[in-house]
Amino acid sequence: MLGIIIGVAAVVVMIAIGVGARERIAAQIRSLGANLISISPGSAKMGSVRLGAGGAPRLSEEDAAAIGMEIPGVVVAAPLLHAREQFTIGSTNWQGVLRGVTPEYFSAREWRVIAGQEMTPEDNKRVANVVLIGTTMREKLFGKADPLGAAIRIRDVPFTVIGLLERKGQSVWGDDQDDIALVPLRTARRQFIGTSRANPTFVHNITVKFADWASAEDTMAAIRQLLWQRHRLRTGQEDSFMVSNLAEAANVEGSTTRVVSLLLSAVASISLVVGGIGIMNIMLVTVTERVREIGLRLAVGARRRDILAQFLVEAVTLALLGGILGAAIGTVAAIAVGSLAQWPVIIDLSAVMLAIGFAAAVGVFFGYYPARKAARLQPIEALRTE
Amino acid sequence: MALIEVDRLRHCYRVGGGLVWALEGVSLTIKRGEFVAVIGPSGSGKSTFMNILGCLDSPSEGRYRLNGVYVGGLHHDELAAIRNRNIGFVFQSFNLLPRASALENVELPLVYRRMWAGERRRAALAMLARVGLADRARHTPAELSGGQQQRVAIARALVTEPLLLLADEPTGALDSQTGLEIMAIFRRLNGEGLTIVLVTHEAEIAAHADRIVAFRDGRVVSDTPVVQQARSLGNARHLSLAYNNVR
Repeated sequence: MLGIIIGVAAVVVMIAIGVGARERIAAQIRSLGANLISISPGSAKMGSVRLGAGGAPRLSEEDAAAIGMEIPGVVVAAPLLHAREQFTIGSTNWQGVLRGVTPEYFSAREWRVIAGQEMTPEDNKRVANVVLIGTTMREKLFGKADPLGAAIRIRDVPFTVIGLLERKGQSVWGDDQDDIALVPLRTARRQFIGTSRANPTFVHNITVKFADWASAEDTMAAIRQLLWQRHRLRTGQEDSFMVSNLAEAANVEGSTTRVVSLLLSAVASISLVVGGIGIMNIMLVTVTERVREIGLRLAVGARRRDILAQFLVEAVTLALLGGILGAAIGTVAAIAVGSLAQWPVIIDLSAVMLAIGFAAAVGVFFGYYPARKAARLQPIEALRTE
Repeated sequence: MALIEVDRLRHCYRVGGGLVWALEGVSLTIKRGEFVAVIGPSGSGKSTFMNILGCLDSPSEGRYRLNGVYVGGLHHDELAAIRNRNIGFVFQSFNLLPRASALENVELPLVYRRMWAGERRRAALAMLARVGLADRARHTPAELSGGQQQRVAIARALVTEPLLLLADEPTGALDSQTGLEIMAIFRRLNGEGLTIVLVTHEAEIAAHADRIVAFRDGRVVSDTPVVQQARSLGNARHLSLAYNNVR
């Protein structure tokens, strides 16, 4: 009985956590913007002197443009630069992430501007000192005040806040995506990053949005091929950049919760088996205690299957009682886990029903042997038993 | 017309490594409406004989025909159906379900007939009334006296309207006065046409029957009609008293 309770509770918690985690990952993938490929320079070869005369084969704005133009299935390719900078307004200051982006970035990340203006190609062309800020940045710098049109200083350069970004929440890697300021790409390069003579339009990363999930692998291969050509890499040379599918990276994170789920399902199945054996025990004792009753029932015309059914029903009733109790405990436990461990849990009625159904199945499975034993009794011997 | 025809019945039990013959060739015919007492010392085979008559056990050898049907070799489910439809059992120790009410106990055989609850209830109540326990329908066996419990058991045996009532030492657990009341009920039922086979080791109880079959060592040693005169002389007063009490 206790085993059944624990087993069913574990099943309920397991499903709640599993579903919760799946929902969270789905939400994160959504927040990333679906169907994204990230291209960044390969760190392994970055500092190597053996690299060719062309210098470090960094990514450039031209690479982004070429990917956007030449590869089928690519919706948009957005180059970006990033840096950590000091943001100041009056006496308030805050350290946060600065990204230099083009308007393409907004469509790649499906990132909307909820107040103010969007960034225009014009802003980039004329290297405007304008900035769009995320909600965290806004809270840290402005509190409740209206940031639109305000001037903030980034590394002592004055910028005008022209827009407020939609909230994105935590990223797959756990950092706050809203602690961010977006400035035009060229502004970022000129004011903060600097240029290199070998590659005057270098960028840190190219974010690519592609059209079809199914062709992600092909698109990635085509990007690799194109970059290979553009950077004149010889066969046998290592890739100088990394092309990765962000949604897949997000899925990796799901494996943690999968381990937890696996653990819980192990607990659940062991408990259910132990509970089932407990029920079998109870039923065997019951059958032994009620041999005379069984004999009498057989004498007045019960068939073997009537007796079998009777004891199976009793076993299933026991198991169901345990199951319902376990489901209640499991629901409470899942909610507790959710609030204590900050773990998203989703309790689904059908999952609870499934768990109770499991308990009933255990009752049938482990109740069968005692019930069959009862049904196989010979009426005279059963009646003769004291 | 013969209700029970038993022909050269033999039955053995496996005890340890060997076989013990409990019945060694019993042939007997019981007609409809007879009231037969089977007597004999313990080990005489009378209980084995009763189990076979009640279709609780199948004979090792020989044939048993109940109401024209050869019972030997039937499937256990068919035997269950025959017990349910044709035979009512009354036991020495009543064998009532302790947690069930008198009414539920009487209903039990009808449950296995797949009868509707309402119909079942009506039949069971009517039968309890016939044994004088209509007002005890809601009581559990523990709340009833021994005689009342045995009357509940009789109602349970009769609720299916069987052809044959088998009573195995029905008065064995009762005091003699209550035993007489039970026998009065049997006499009345027999008067209404019910065939009764009664196993007992008490001569006075056997004397209530119309015919006494004596067993010894697995064989029938005597089969004699009871002289009505003798019985009425001995027990008439008792009997009518008991009978009236029950009514």
